[in-house]
Amino acid sequence: MGETFLTIDNVTKSFGATTVVRNVDIAIDKGEFVSFLGPSGCGKTTTLRMVAGFEGPTTGRILIDGKDVTNLKPNQRSIGMVFQSYALFPNMTVAQNIAFGLKVAGASTDAITARVEEMLGIIKLPEHGGRYPFQLSGGQQQRVALARALAVKPSVLLLDEPLSALDAKIRISLRAEIRAIQRELGITTIYVTHDQEEALSMSDRIVVMNEGRVEQIGTPLDIYNKPSSRFVASFVGTLTVLPAKIVNASKGTLSLDGQSIHAGKKFTGAPGKTVSVALRPEAIAIGKGGANANRLDAKVASVNFLGSIVRVKVRTGAQDISLDMFNQSTTAPPKVGEKVTVNFNPDDLVVLDGPAEG
Amino acid sequence: MKGTRFWAWLTFGIGAAYFFIPLIATIEFSLRMRRGAYSFDAYRVVFGDERFQATFGYSVLVAAFTIVLGVLIVVPTAYWIRLRLPHIRPVVEFITLLPLIIPAIVIVFGYIRMYGSSSPLPFLATTRGTDLLLAIGYATLALPYMYRAVDTGLRTIDVRTLTEAAQILGAGWATIITRVILPNVLIAVLSGAFLTFAIVIGEFTMASLLNRPAFGPYLQNIGANRAYEPAALAIIAFFITWGCMAVIQILSRYAPKSASRPN
Ligand SMILES: Nc1ncnc2c1ncn2[C@@H]1O[C@H](COP(=O)(O)OP(=O)(O)O)[C@@H](O)[C@H]1O
Ligand SMILES: [Mg+2]
Repeated sequence: MGETFLTIDNVTKSFGATTVVRNVDIAIDKGEFVSFLGPSGCGKTTTLRMVAGFEGPTTGRILIDGKDVTNLKPNQRSIGMVFQSYALFPNMTVAQNIAFGLKVAGASTDAITARVEEMLGIIKLPEHGGRYPFQLSGGQQQRVALARALAVKPSVLLLDEPLSALDAKIRISLRAEIRAIQRELGITTIYVTHDQEEALSMSDRIVVMNEGRVEQIGTPLDIYNKPSSRFVASFVGTLTVLPAKIVNASKGTLSLDGQSIHAGKKFTGAPGKTVSVALRPEAIAIGKGGANANRLDAKVASVNFLGSIVRVKVRTGAQDISLDMFNQSTTAPPKVGEKVTVNFNPDDLVVLDGPAEG
Repeated sequence: MKGTRFWAWLTFGIGAAYFFIPLIATIEFSLRMRRGAYSFDAYRVVFGDERFQATFGYSVLVAAFTIVLGVLIVVPTAYWIRLRLPHIRPVVEFITLLPLIIPAIVIVFGYIRMYGSSSPLPFLATTRGTDLLLAIGYATLALPYMYRAVDTGLRTIDVRTLTEAAQILGAGWATIITRVILPNVLIAVLSGAFLTFAIVIGEFTMASLLNRPAFGPYLQNIGANRAYEPAALAIIAFFITWGCMAVIQILSRYAPKSASRPN
């Protein structure tokens, strides 16, 4: 953990009577890459816009490098921003777009030329300075937008779903490129996305948001493996959430559709109480497993071939459980209707609070 | 299919005849000043007339001022309404239509009552003041066209995001309007400008009642007193207007291309 550089201090935002961001409290380290992850409408953009200064918090403060910027205008905050729609100035060439912020700041022509050249190199479009935005592909436009945001050497970089308008292939290659540039420049970054894969693959830490609240802050591994709430568990990854009855909380035993299972970690609750348990498809395998494994008898409900993996749905009583197996030529996937035993490690069973929904 | 096409052509032919026959007749008449032969004598007389040069020059100058005034008022207004007050757009659109509903003569009488030499704003006390009032009046008359042209131009760009992109890069309002918004709606502004020009050049009521030596009153004066010259003047005025339209058409081909308008 480095030193805190950007603080979102207990920020709440209401538009009229509706509160869209509630008591958001986040501390971001210098040079850290933090993603805001959550479903559409959960307040990610609004939070980001408050950091940028386009919206003022109803209560709470924003601090950058120890300085309270809550009441500063966007053009006084030294922040770079990349928009989903690129927002390049259509009347300017790529070079003029990148130079815009420097020109506004009154940099000398020589300094501007040098910096534009440097930025074009960083985004790997050295020959494109004279082109107009409409002559570039979406991916190229977004790289120019990134260069334009970074040219002025801002202290914070904000990106609002920058890749969501692009095709899948370009999206994946740009992820790596954005992350590499961010690392190289060491710039403190907030990246807004509703795509969990994007957040998991790029971030130092992820802030999972839901209905204006922060659900969990943690590293991608933490978020994925140790979700702290049912929302996080179901939003991140393709988790199966099941209702189970507590048998003995202190021993970690539960009953799932009449079959006995046990969790690796202790939890609390009265015997007979229904709680939610979560299982990741990759944590479950067909077969009896090791001595300590949980086993469930089930029936294959569906088999989906997804390329390198095969996703199998098995049914135990009333519950469907998804499991992933690698596609290997030596082991054929099971057939629909076949009776199987599935197993999983007690440590992979996440006990969540509250009953399962739907 | 064939029948539809026949009727389409017939309609087109009737429309074209309705439009062109008077025009051709006027041209033909304007060329008959010299007895027994076609000539450009009427045009020569018109162009040689000092009052033609003076009034035409005056009107061009007033048109230029009107355009500047119109751009200064309309561009920031239309921009701000799109950016911050989209809900009042219908109201503003209605207001900009008022000059089409209220006759120019009503506006002029209002001006004469409001801005006489004994009023707190005595525009009419001096010649320059009256010129200024005339330009202001023309800007009002041109408002429906100017506003619509600019608003249409603003629709082709993402005003809000471009504004925010410029703001976060450190730009203030003046920079945003002059360097980001105006260049992207320049073609629209120019269309509005040429429409304004076409209106101002032929306008009679305001110039006449404010007693300014504009081209409109001159046209009327010649029309009442001469035979061939009015026809020549009508043709000249016609070509000026159509020249403006042609320029708008040509300019729109060079409109800046953007993601929303790739071709
Ligand atoms: N200017 C605004 N006025 C009123 N409501 C708004 C405004 N901006 C956003 N909202 C509402 O706030 C909620 C969160 O929006 P947003 O932050 O854009 O979500 P996200 O980016 O996570 O999809 C949404 O319900 C949205 O309708
Ligand atoms: Mg959003």
